[in-house]
Amino acid sequence: MTRHTLIRTCAPIALASLLACGPASAQTTLTFLMVTGSDSMAAAEALAKAYEAKHPDVTVEIEARPGGSEGDNLIKTRLATSEMPDVFLYNSGSLMQALKPETALLDISDLPSQAGVAKDFKDVVSAGGKVYGVPFGTTMAGGIFYNKDIYRELGLSPPKTWAEFMANNEKIKAAGKVAVAQTYGATWTSQLFVLADFYNVQKAVPNFAADYTANRAKYATTPAALKGFEHLAEVHEKGLQNPDFGAATYEDGLAMVATGQAAHYPMLSFAVGALKQTNPDDLKNLGFFSQPGDDAAQNGLTVWMPMALFAPATTPNKEVARDFLDFVASVEGCKVGMSVNTVQGPSVVQGCDLPADVPPAISDMLPYFKEGRTAPALEFLSPIKGPSLEQITVEVGSGMRAPAEAAALYDEDVRKQAKQLGLPNW
Amino acid sequence: MPRLHKDKMRTDIMARIAQTISRSDSKATAETPDITERTAAGGETTRRRRPSPYPHWFLLPAAIIYTVLFLVPTATSFWYSMTRWDLKTATFIGFENFHQFFSEPFLVQGLVNTLIYAALTSAMKTVCGLGLAVLLTSDIVARGLLRAIVFFPVLVSTIGVGIAFTVMMHPTRGVFNVALASVGVAGPGWLTDPALALFSVALVDLWKGVGLATLIFIAGLSAISPDYYEAARIDGATRLQQFRRITLPLVRPATVTVVTLSLIGGLRSFDLIWAMTRGGPGFASDVIASVIYKQYQAGFYGLSTAGNVILFLLISVIILPLTVWFQRREVEQ
Repeated sequence: MTRHTLIRTCAPIALASLLACGPASAQTTLTFLMVTGSDSMAAAEALAKAYEAKHPDVTVEIEARPGGSEGDNLIKTRLATSEMPDVFLYNSGSLMQALKPETALLDISDLPSQAGVAKDFKDVVSAGGKVYGVPFGTTMAGGIFYNKDIYRELGLSPPKTWAEFMANNEKIKAAGKVAVAQTYGATWTSQLFVLADFYNVQKAVPNFAADYTANRAKYATTPAALKGFEHLAEVHEKGLQNPDFGAATYEDGLAMVATGQAAHYPMLSFAVGALKQTNPDDLKNLGFFSQPGDDAAQNGLTVWMPMALFAPATTPNKEVARDFLDFVASVEGCKVGMSVNTVQGPSVVQGCDLPADVPPAISDMLPYFKEGRTAPALEFLSPIKGPSLEQITVEVGSGMRAPAEAAALYDEDVRKQAKQLGLPNW
Repeated sequence: MPRLHKDKMRTDIMARIAQTISRSDSKATAETPDITERTAAGGETTRRRRPSPYPHWFLLPAAIIYTVLFLVPTATSFWYSMTRWDLKTATFIGFENFHQFFSEPFLVQGLVNTLIYAALTSAMKTVCGLGLAVLLTSDIVARGLLRAIVFFPVLVSTIGVGIAFTVMMHPTRGVFNVALASVGVAGPGWLTDPALALFSVALVDLWKGVGLATLIFIAGLSAISPDYYEAARIDGATRLQQFRRITLPLVRPATVTVVTLSLIGGLRSFDLIWAMTRGGPGFASDVIASVIYKQYQAGFYGLSTAGNVILFLLISVIILPLTVWFQRREVEQ
């Protein structure tokens, strides 16, 4: 409807300009491939509408694609057959590297908006010194959601070290509550204790990401990297989990920590989006802290970069596509997205501040960013992530495999990925 | 029909056949020539090779379709199984994929699980299917309705069945464990206990697949002439003797079909396992097909193709001798 009215109002203007200055640019259609899902789709529609309002001669057509590995296949096939729409959404970091950006994607390093985009983000959408993507959405963090009511009731405070965290857990367990919700019915949720521990890993071993990519550092032989697996095993050994941890799902975990059945749930901050839908009234009782390490002075947050919009090198509408991406990366475009999209963390666009009314779980994250106590997750620093990690972490978290053995198994899994990518030294 | 193996085991088999003939009843002798006649007739038509009245190029359309849809993909999959493939470029790496697949720590377990699962589901379907078929061919009330009920799960979507049973097998909220708890028994983690998960899925597979086995057995049982049973009764054979000496031997063609079909189905089963456990917890209920699928998901296209080639060879190695063995026994009977 809006598009129709737009065309109707714009057509006379276009006609007038045509009469006034002779041959002018006709209506351009920009195709935009988006992942399905109400949250991101709403943001894409809002961005398209805002851009069309600014550029009456452009119509943005949104197309939906599936997510997950099915989506990965679709993106790769479309790029390979040169049938990719003018602009598309995809992961930044290791997945984007697998697209061979130097040949497949449009270089956008010289867009004016790039000056306002955080370097941390540009690093994860760059290849060979050139930038290929603009941020879509905000950053998110991996850490631990906690129920503020339980913390108040038992007089606890958010832990700064793993030992404090375990002490809190013992008190919660003694009070007859589930200390840590675990949900291996959705296997991917089992990886959090390992993935969100990366801030602590890189603090202890600053070169880990580079050495790991070069086949010089291993999870099994790096004590700091092994910690994540050990924590996972410890939580199981001490009986801190919910009794149905093997079958519970992601939604169960969210409901448990939101309603106070469980005190903690290790998860990515994007869960705020789901909680907004399912437990909007409980959001005020939910806090968030980073996964604690050994040293309280070295406490920090592992951060996931936003997804990105890219343009394929083969697009016939290069200029319009670049201009649209420039708009998305501008403060104005960022605000448009933020007005409809769930905020999961701070934006990577300078000057695009969070609204004042973010839920406490999000505002709890801000001090880490302000004080510079953040580090990107390993998947943004290295192209290799083993595909079986989630099964291995389920085994560790269920007491089926010892942490050291599991880490060694994961190192083997990683080798496979590195070989498939054709990395040197493997 | 001279057969070498027959000479080797002649005494043994002859004795058994003689036993069967004399013990059950004289009708078994009537059945034996019947089968040999049929096979002999079939053998003769192929041997004679009367020139076909149709020109050979009538085969062309079918040959083209078969080549394009079956032969070419089979050949290319053998090629891609020896490459590192990302859908765009394929690098030849020899047998490294096969080496990798066999050094996969979960593959050995997946292989063992596949065999356990196939043997278990096949055996259960054969035994239960025959039992149900005997029941449903006897004179019982509402026979048609009962037959429909037994067959119904076959028609339901496997994924739907998997999801429904996953809910019912939930360790704390599932209907099984709630029922067990109400009589004071702590139910097991049907799908979350690594020692139990594969067997739980196999049970669901039995529930879902037994209808088809029953249907095949019903057809087989109906083909047995009631005269045999009548004669056996006159000779004073008990029900058990009738079952062992008449039903079991004469329903063999149906048994062969059921065993072969359910064994192939079990070896390549994937959908139910994926819907219920995704090979988990951990890798506890992984079968070859789910290992292959996970490699594909991860983008290891060459590796997963190698896995498919291995699965193809495994099925051939198990099913071919089995079929030959069954056919031989059928002829010998």
